[in-house]
Amino acid sequence: MRKIFAIMGILVVASLVLAACGGAATPAPSGGETVTVKETVVVTVVAPASPAVVAPTGYGVTLETVKARGKLICGVNSQVPGFGYVDANGNFSGFDVDYCRALAAAIFGDPTKVEFRPVTAAERFTALQSGEIDILSRNTTWTLVRDTELGGNFVHTTFYDGQGMMVPADSGITTLQDLEGGTICVQTGTTTELNLADVMASLGVSYTPAVFEDADSTFAAYSEGRCDAVTTDKSGLVARRTVLADPTAHVILDVTMSKEPLGPMVRHGDDQWFDIAQWTVFALFSAEEFGITSANVDEVKATATAPEVKRMLGVEGDLGLKLGLTNDWAYNIIKLVGNYEEVYNRNLGPDTPTYIPRGLNNLYINGGLLYAPPFR
Amino acid sequence: MQRETSQTTIPFWRDERVLKVLGQIAFVVLVFIFFSFIFQNMKAGLAKQGITLSLNFIRGVSGFDIAETLFPYDRSSTYLQAYQIGLLNTLLVSVVGIFFATILGVILGVARLSTNFIINRLAAFYLELIRNLSLLVFLIFWYLGVFLKLPKVKEAIIWPGDIFLSNRGVGIPWGIPTASFPTFRLILLFGFFLALAVFFSLRAYSQRTGRAPLTLLWTFLTFVVVALLGWVILPEKPLMIDLPRVEGLRLTGGKILTPEFMALTSGLTLYTAAFIGEVVRAGIQSVSKGQVEAARALGLNGFQTLRLVVFPQALRVIVPPLTSQYLNLIKNSSLAISVGYPDVFYVSNTIQNQTGRAVEMIGMVMLTYLAFSLITSLLMNWYNKKIRLVER
Repeated sequence: MRKIFAIMGILVVASLVLAACGGAATPAPSGGETVTVKETVVVTVVAPASPAVVAPTGYGVTLETVKARGKLICGVNSQVPGFGYVDANGNFSGFDVDYCRALAAAIFGDPTKVEFRPVTAAERFTALQSGEIDILSRNTTWTLVRDTELGGNFVHTTFYDGQGMMVPADSGITTLQDLEGGTICVQTGTTTELNLADVMASLGVSYTPAVFEDADSTFAAYSEGRCDAVTTDKSGLVARRTVLADPTAHVILDVTMSKEPLGPMVRHGDDQWFDIAQWTVFALFSAEEFGITSANVDEVKATATAPEVKRMLGVEGDLGLKLGLTNDWAYNIIKLVGNYEEVYNRNLGPDTPTYIPRGLNNLYINGGLLYAPPFR
Repeated sequence: MQRETSQTTIPFWRDERVLKVLGQIAFVVLVFIFFSFIFQNMKAGLAKQGITLSLNFIRGVSGFDIAETLFPYDRSSTYLQAYQIGLLNTLLVSVVGIFFATILGVILGVARLSTNFIINRLAAFYLELIRNLSLLVFLIFWYLGVFLKLPKVKEAIIWPGDIFLSNRGVGIPWGIPTASFPTFRLILLFGFFLALAVFFSLRAYSQRTGRAPLTLLWTFLTFVVVALLGWVILPEKPLMIDLPRVEGLRLTGGKILTPEFMALTSGLTLYTAAFIGEVVRAGIQSVSKGQVEAARALGLNGFQTLRLVVFPQALRVIVPPLTSQYLNLIKNSSLAISVGYPDVFYVSNTIQNQTGRAVEMIGMVMLTYLAFSLITSLLMNWYNKKIRLVER
């Protein structure tokens, strides 16, 4: 028996050594283009294979599962105030959390029929792929790789963000170039980690990353002075600054390092579920556009004359049935959770400690990017 | 004739030797079927979720930076290179941890049995305190509570010998190889072989005469003397001493040990040392009191008694549990992720997240730890066999 282990051990070691040799033998990627090209080829060969062979979870399965279970399971953040956070009473609150409530309201007519499951940045996609959660609503950036290889589909951008950099106010740092030789705290498994490497490489600024597993430890290390700066999405910086010991002692630099469109994500393979998730977002957008709020929705429903409003609220036609839901799905969202503006102001509005001006996150008629297709 | 043999030969289905072999074969086949079933099941499950297994991604450009690297690495390196960086970091932490934990553990174990009341109680206090802590809590204490609480770079504490203590790390003087370093390396190699020669001749001497010279001490001294001689006779110093200094935002020069590395190695060392201390104590106590009394009666002093009588016998009891402490340390080093030190588990976690290749990365990490543990086990078993009581 001992011998078998020994032989196995030697085999394992040998394979590792071989792998290591193989790695060393590849030309350094700085001699670069060829490597990149090769990679592209590999991806194109592999990628089509999976959807073709596989019959994934299938149309309608997710909604059936959720209904049978009696509640929605939503993967959220628990460490970013304003987006996904556990408040003093132990309740989940935040912008991304309220989206889950809106989805639960659309399905069950009851925003409390949702179980929030906190997932870290590193485990979120696995949790979604493996079916542990029905939907991921956790300030996740929409990228090509995540849309393809990671087996998910981004529903729609619910928050337009950009990566920023926060430094102590007394550090005298005002630009990214000032960070030459410095240490920067960043969270692992994020697009920010990659953007940081990209941006700093293109600026030619040398820095040391200090990378942590979750937002709490990243900002704990930053506030202990481990790093000269900390980087994440600007919304995340604003939100985390409110829970630092002295929020006024930190400034967010006036640079935007990347585009970060954040939004919910569903698994590949169930288009009905994708549609439900997407039109929940559009219902939130349109309700704001039509001026329907949780306060006046009953009145609007009773008196509305505009056909599109009537269709959306289920007074006319059967749009809800087409989604596999009831016709009052959008009414329930607005009545029980509110429109986009209400959700935004509740979590990120001027009265909250995590105030973020709406900027791009405004309706297209107000100079923003929020634009919903017609309810028809 | 024919009939006779057919009667005396046992049919194979009743032949015990044949049956034994068949049984084994059947067992292996069953095991094989079981595992291939599990593997197929996993593949089917993954296919259901649209995941295919492939290691092709490993040659892709990683795109992220790593703070601590033992060989050159940047964002345009491959995932495989990132993994190797992590592998070496794990190895480094394990070797450093095992080295210091062993030394400290032996001291603690002996101190625990000291007749001096204060030493004895202090050691007991330490062992009881540390062994009852959670390692994760202990590591986070060292990281957030100690190394990040050091002053800022510009106000770094400077200890004699140009040791800089700051929250960006601990800077120590370090040698930079100069032109004569290759020659010096040859001298060191010569010193190593000379030390080996001393070791083997002293051992032969000991076996021939029954005396017990301080073999290891002399071996070590030989090496040191050769190294010092080489240092002195070379016209140019082989290593230029580089002192740490503060430059802008960072601590540079010399060797900078990051807070993450310091927290992880101190935590692992001090934690494992407590367990090794108990192992050593148990080993020493397993040697019957009569042995010590006999040694004393023969006129050996306290140190000689320990070195010549107690330790050789205690080792037999110590080595097997010591092996498992070493394995624990290696495996516990994966807690590096909690203090942000880029070990193999941490890097694989990052790769897994950027590529979505969870199954492949977890598989690679499991194989890696298996390999580390098996190698350690093999070495320790070989050592154990050597010191085992030869039974006649």
